[in-house]
Amino acid sequence: MDFGPFLFLATLEGLVQAAVLCLTALGLSLVFGVMRVVNVAHGEFYMLGAVIAWWVTSIVGIHPAVGFAAALAIAPLAVGAIAFAGERLILKRLDYNPEATIVATIGMLYVIQQMALLFFGPDPRPVEAPFYFRIQFPWFGYSGYKLIVVAAAIAILLIAWFVIAKTRIGLVMRATQFDGDTAQAFGIPVNRVYASVFAVGAMFAAVAAVLIVPIRQAHYLMGLDPLLLSFIVVILGGLGSIRGTIVAAILIGLSDGIISVFFSPTLAKMASTLLVALVLVFRPQGLFGREEL
Amino acid sequence: MSGADRTKAVLLLCAVIAVLFVLQFLLPEYHHLSMTRIMVLAVFAMGYNVLFGYTGLLSLGHAMFFAAGLYAAGLTVYHLEWSVPLAFATGVAAGAVSSLVIGVVALRTTGVSFMIVTMMFAQVAYLATLYFTTYTRGDEGLVLPTAARSFDVFGVAVDLTNPVVRYNIALALLAATIAIIYKVVHSETGRALIAIRENEPRTQMLGYNTFAIKLKALVISGTLSAASGAAYVLLFAYVGSTFATIQYSIDALLYTLLGGAGTLLGPLAGALMMFYVIDIASEYTVAYLLIAGLVLIVLVLFFQKGVLGTIRERWIRWLP
Amino acid sequence: MKKTPKERKLQITRRSALAGIGAVAGAGAAASAAPGFVRYAQAASSEPIRLGMQLHRTGIGASYGRWYDRVTTAAAKLINEDGGINGRPLEIVIEDDGTDPKRGAEVVEKFATQHKVDATFGTLFSHVVIGSSPRAGELKMPYIVVSEGHHVASGRLNRYVLQPGITDVKSQVSSMAPWVASNLGKKVTMIYPDFAFGHDHRDYFSAAIAAQGGEVLELIPIPPTESSFTRYFPRIPSATDVLYHVMVGPGVLTFVKELGQHFGSNRPEIFGFIDSLEAVDLATPQLEFLEGTHFWEGNPRYAQANQSAHDKFYRESVGVDDNGASVNDAKDVSTYSHMFGCWETLFVIKQAMELSGYGDGSAADKQAFIEAMESLESFDEGRDHPQGAKIFNGKIHQAFGHQNISRVENGRLNVVHRTSIEDGMYEPEADYTQMSF
Repeated sequence: MDFGPFLFLATLEGLVQAAVLCLTALGLSLVFGVMRVVNVAHGEFYMLGAVIAWWVTSIVGIHPAVGFAAALAIAPLAVGAIAFAGERLILKRLDYNPEATIVATIGMLYVIQQMALLFFGPDPRPVEAPFYFRIQFPWFGYSGYKLIVVAAAIAILLIAWFVIAKTRIGLVMRATQFDGDTAQAFGIPVNRVYASVFAVGAMFAAVAAVLIVPIRQAHYLMGLDPLLLSFIVVILGGLGSIRGTIVAAILIGLSDGIISVFFSPTLAKMASTLLVALVLVFRPQGLFGREEL
Repeated sequence: MSGADRTKAVLLLCAVIAVLFVLQFLLPEYHHLSMTRIMVLAVFAMGYNVLFGYTGLLSLGHAMFFAAGLYAAGLTVYHLEWSVPLAFATGVAAGAVSSLVIGVVALRTTGVSFMIVTMMFAQVAYLATLYFTTYTRGDEGLVLPTAARSFDVFGVAVDLTNPVVRYNIALALLAATIAIIYKVVHSETGRALIAIRENEPRTQMLGYNTFAIKLKALVISGTLSAASGAAYVLLFAYVGSTFATIQYSIDALLYTLLGGAGTLLGPLAGALMMFYVIDIASEYTVAYLLIAGLVLIVLVLFFQKGVLGTIRERWIRWLP
Repeated sequence: MKKTPKERKLQITRRSALAGIGAVAGAGAAASAAPGFVRYAQAASSEPIRLGMQLHRTGIGASYGRWYDRVTTAAAKLINEDGGINGRPLEIVIEDDGTDPKRGAEVVEKFATQHKVDATFGTLFSHVVIGSSPRAGELKMPYIVVSEGHHVASGRLNRYVLQPGITDVKSQVSSMAPWVASNLGKKVTMIYPDFAFGHDHRDYFSAAIAAQGGEVLELIPIPPTESSFTRYFPRIPSATDVLYHVMVGPGVLTFVKELGQHFGSNRPEIFGFIDSLEAVDLATPQLEFLEGTHFWEGNPRYAQANQSAHDKFYRESVGVDDNGASVNDAKDVSTYSHMFGCWETLFVIKQAMELSGYGDGSAADKQAFIEAMESLESFDEGRDHPQGAKIFNGKIHQAFGHQNISRVENGRLNVVHRTSIEDGMYEPEADYTQMSF
């Protein structure tokens, strides 16, 4: 294939990757930004979203689109509820001590992953796309559904931006992020805000997973990869910076596709991971962020 | 700690090693083999504990030091046909060098950043074991030839395929590790480590170069972990990228937390308990790693000091 | 859904029950069973023969593991109904290795020293085989794998590791290269996982296609951590006649779907290893593009028009329908091209144990058992070997069998070519029989 179309395809793939990554990493970033908690179990919420989507679509068997719509509603809610419970039962009791919460979320990672193994089984499960059409470019074909994923992700991000920037809920969140104690003094129920933010963070991961699961399969071990990628994105973007996270997700998504055109993908992954570690060491506010860690 | 307490502590450590020595004559075969493995893994966790338990730095990437020792020792035996002692020394050296390099960079960060940086470096190391597949054969790994696993020490033939030899080598490594850590902890460096854990800025104000001390702790920690990795490959004859995965970094943390961070024998107790809990649980459920998750959560919620840490706090103040 | 603790307990009960039934049946059938074998210590003991099955119940190999379990259970039941091994009932002890080499090695230790089994068997994934083999060798525990890898035949393992139930990759690919070159094309692009199993494909198929006057235009290794594949496809040169693909792990369906999205109907010839679609339903939406493409099959998933009576019997015993899915759940597709290896391996173990007059499981018994297995030269097609006849080379501990090339027609796989065993023979690279025990 010629270079032009090659680049075009890599860009399309990069956009899909970036879309999913934006949503997943945004959840992680939100939780860190407001609560200062690094949630190592974030990838498992993503996995749960995919698994629940499979479960819902296999029960609602009328038409793939109906099942998918149901999954898009149910999976994030269920995942949010689980995250909410986890926050109340575990993280709250640790008083959000950073190191203790990391250990606790590692524990949650195993618990969620192994519960999925118990109740869902070890097999990868396909979910049928709500609709499927193939776009034939002159040089190659492409899944139309993938482009829908990009569009849906953009729509969700816009809604999220609106909620955070323009509504009272967003104001409360931002106030809590800015200074928890003062927010508390002004009558903001910081505790409930934390639990809700943790749940919402998990829901972002779940939504991303529902969107992507018709392309990939639901599998109980699928959580690790998005976790590491989200870490990379959130660090590059500056921990807690939402704008930085989105810029970084697009950058990582696109470059991941394009770099692997020129280099071995394993080498590309090594390079990007190393780069991220060095960014965290030498520029802890991230490449785009302004906030201090 | 008073002189009398210190004598008690040393006696206890000697007694533990003596008990482990005697156990090899009493244990049924399966537990004999398992104990060998547990002692080697305990060395890994003890190395981890130097950094986490005594210095207060939580690393999520110690699998890379374990793997450094594992690969350095394994690959030199496999490709260069080096003798076992030389390969072991290479493994230890690889751990020292890699922990020095990683330390110089990673120790510029603290807290949460340190955890993530070490995790990222370890991920790079894991990918490297896959990338250099020509030498490592990636996740499939390599088997050390049987012939390469026996050697002479001062005219005495040592055969690593013999379970009795293996048990005692693992025990010797464990005893040496306990001695080294005891020595370090009771040196001036050791007191500085604990001071850093309790309050780093104050330690700094007292005139200590905390960066240099933390680096020292990380190098000791990484080197011991690498020694464990080198021993693992030479004793069990298999090297593969599975040992570089994040799972092993978490295992070291899990053993240390369970046994008691900052206690000398904690990691050994943790490794022992986790091995058997998982081994037994796997007979009843496919989701045996669930136990690991639950243990982590329960520990962090209710027993942040772990088993031996709690015992020390409540009953035996002089516990090392 | 997989087994909860409760079910697992039930299973143990079932297993003991099985052994019990076997013992009763064994007592009656011992005298008449298996004529033609010399028995040194016939039914000296009525203790069961215990085999440790190292099973991928969890981890990335779990889809295979489930079916390896079912096939083994069915074969063991049959063996027990026939009077067991040497008149002794056969009991299978299962341990999960999590598809991980470290746990695999521990499980071998557990089999050897706690369960004290007579032999271990049933491992598929190469890294688990390689990680476990040194422990098996040192504990002097026969370790009979069903792995398809070339590691056994390469001579890299030890005297206690054998693979008598399934052909290795090197033989598989070299036996099919001539057909691929003359029927599909000579300019090949290969897509394979970037680890040792994939490298075996790369090395041996490249060599085999070169020997046919063909060439490999491009090698496209996919990293093992990959979960999306489209961006690799542009590297497929347009001059490609044949696209050769093999993929394993949880992402296989994504891989094949994305291949279809990329090419649509405008595709080169495609020759794939069924590994890319093991345990995956061919009727999954978006796989329609596979129509007219070819697959290697170790054992044809869909019952063929000329299906042998043995395949029919095997299918029924294991609980697989004519489309290769579970009779209980049409969506639960089997790993038909690999799992027959467990069935055949169990019968080879039985044959070698009876031949060696296996006794109480002493070290000498185990060595005699290995020597007996090494002395076997061929297996005839039949109930015990439903996939077909095989030649066994005791020196390299490896079996050689027929391979099938199937074409996707109307959403099912129809065999269009079956190789001869000789097509896949190669010069032995090692001689395990010269190694000490």
